[in-house]
Order: sequence, then structure tokens, then C-alpha cells
Amino acid sequence: MEKSSRRSFFKVAGISLLGISGAAPVLNSFAESQVSHTVEGSYVKNESTLQAKRWGMIINTKELSEDNVPSIIEACHKAHNVPNIDNKKHEVKWIWEEEFKHAFPTVNHDFLNERVENLKFLVFCNHCNNPPCVRACPTKATFKRDDGIVLMDFHRCIGCRFCMAACPYGSRSFNFENPRPFIEETNPLFPTRMKGVVEKCNFCAERLAVGKIPACVEAANGAIVFGDLNDPESEIRQVLKENYTIRRKPALGTGPSVYYIV
Amino acid sequence: MNDKKIIYLGLIIFAVIFTFPFWYNQLKASPAPEPILSQTAKDAKTCVEPKEFMKTGHMQLLNTWRDKVVREGMRQYKSTNGKDYNISLSSGEESCMGCHGSKADFCDKCHNYASVTPYCWDCHIEPKENK
Repeated sequence: MEKSSRRSFFKVAGISLLGISGAAPVLNSFAESQVSHTVEGSYVKNESTLQAKRWGMIINTKELSEDNVPSIIEACHKAHNVPNIDNKKHEVKWIWEEEFKHAFPTVNHDFLNERVENLKFLVFCNHCNNPPCVRACPTKATFKRDDGIVLMDFHRCIGCRFCMAACPYGSRSFNFENPRPFIEETNPLFPTRMKGVVEKCNFCAERLAVGKIPACVEAANGAIVFGDLNDPESEIRQVLKENYTIRRKPALGTGPSVYYIV
Repeated sequence: MNDKKIIYLGLIIFAVIFTFPFWYNQLKASPAPEPILSQTAKDAKTCVEPKEFMKTGHMQLLNTWRDKVVREGMRQYKSTNGKDYNISLSSGEESCMGCHGSKADFCDKCHNYASVTPYCWDCHIEPKENK
């Protein structure tokens, strides 16, 4: 072994110098990246944004028919790039038709009115006042907004499907495969989803933000009423006052915001 | 102790291989690419925030934007330069891609160089000219 000497000191010093000169570009590039990463802009809502305390809908089933129901569904699915997958197990749907006995199992009885028994009901996310999906979601990807809309943050969904298990209305769909190839005509104003993400009706939050009513309401020509349930003066409350309405599975305590005139 | 030579030789070979990326790139570093600005972006003359910040911090800004839009419904951004911007990645003319019309010329140039692959376009729809 060498003793500590001037000779060995120079050896170490020389090697260290080499190391430093070799690492210089790396250190420089680190130094360059030390620019400020914060800016102080501010955020506001669009002026035209439609606002409410609690958004709700009434489906007037007396005005639903085979003529307008498919166009309502199509309007929604087109606006949101909902894929059209034939495989029942992989199917994705935001709004669809359901028989009375499945939509309202607790109200169903043996001697049902013939019209109601054969009617196809439009069902979708109920945007519950007390949404079980929100409680079940471990990442807070699904959440309830101040205006009562139960929304999905697709960026944040990890695809655990707890929300699907929690939803008593089966309103949520899971993307078992990449949906892009199944969308005939993509709408550039709304993103698609990717494999492994849960999706559902969003009450057209993106349209409300720019002052438009939901796509299904627009396509329904009056068969669907949309408005603020918390505002006693609103149209939706007048319709509720004048008509007998039912909600899906109210006994579960989720407080659906979607009403049906039967 | 007759293996001294072999050990030193081995150490040298190891050192050369280990430091190879450093000196190899120093000799042959490829220049950083310049993203190509679309005509709309050139005409606007100014970025959403100062260019230097956008170069290094656009991802932080986009990350904040997406949370603001999706979670809080805030869709207007008042920039430090006093202008209002519509917060949207790809919907309409008043969006990121409305101004920077080409993903290939603008985003991909640097992302490919830096070997960064963000998954924005798995869901968001890129401007038409790239298809």
C-alpha cells in the first residue's frame, strides 16, 4: 500500500478534476432549468356559463316515442364521443332505454297500466344529491360539484370500478378497450376516453359552461325539462308542482335529481 | 499479486464504458429542435405567458388548467400580460391547438427530442391536419 504522499494526492486530485470537467455539461443543464415555475394568472368562469344551485331534469314520458328517443340518445352519444361497441360486455352508454320494471323495480306491480308496461324509459346518471359513487371513489376522480352535477375527472380515474359497484342505477360504463376505433365520427369539442377509465353522463357540463343546455334536452323538443331544482321560480319546479312525478329507487336515499312524469 | 495489470485494465475498461454517454454526447450533441410556429401563433406575437416560462413550465400550467376546468369549471385564464384566454386543449379556435395548429410541428418536435411522451392525445383529439 502506498503511503500518503504528495504523489498520491496529485493522483486523486487529477482524477477528481477529470470527473468534474466531464460532469460540467450535466451540471450546466441542471443550472439552466432553475427558471421560475410559477406564474400568477387568475381564473374565472365564462360569462355565459349557466349556473344553478342544483341542476335537475324531468323526463316527460308522455312525450317520448319511437320517433324522438333514438335521436335524443344519438345527440348525447355524438356530443360526447361515446363508442358504439356491439359486445354487450364491453358496451359503453351514457343514456339508454330501459323497461319500467327495470327502471322502477320498487314501483312495479302485477297489473300495470299497459302503456307504462310497454314504455321504454330514458335512463342515465341521476346526479344524486347524496351520490354513493362519490363516496366509493378512492381517488376523488368522481365528485359532486356545487351545482349538483356529479362529474368524472377522467384524468384521475384509475379504473378500480368501485363507483360502478356503488351506483344503484348502473349508470356507469367501463372502457374495457380503447374506444377510439368504435367512434364513427369523433366530435373534436370533447375528448374521447381511454382503456381503463370509467365514464358516464355529465349533464353536459361542458355545454353549460358555454351557455348551452344539455344535448339531450335540446334534441328532446320539450320532452325533457332542465333547470334549477333549488329555485322555486324555475320552470322545472312549476312542472313538478303541476305533475305527479316519480324517481328511480328513492328508498335508497341517494336523492336522484332526475324525475319522471309517467 | 500478479493480476495487477488485469485488474487495472478491467477498471479502465469499466470507467470508459460507464462514462461513455457523457463524453460521447459531448462530442456529438445534437442541437435542440426549434418548434415551428403556425401562422396564427406568429400573428399573435405573444405567448400565453412569457416565452421563457412556457418553454420550461407549460406542463405545470396545463396541469393547473385541467384541474381548474374539470374540477372548478373555471374556463377563462387571465394571463399576466392582461389578456384573457379560453382554457381548452383542443376545442375550437380559442384553444391551445387552435393557435398551435400542428401537433407534429409544435409539440412533437421537442417531446421527441427529449423523449417525453405525454398521454394527452390518448383522449384529446388532435387537430385535423395531423391525421
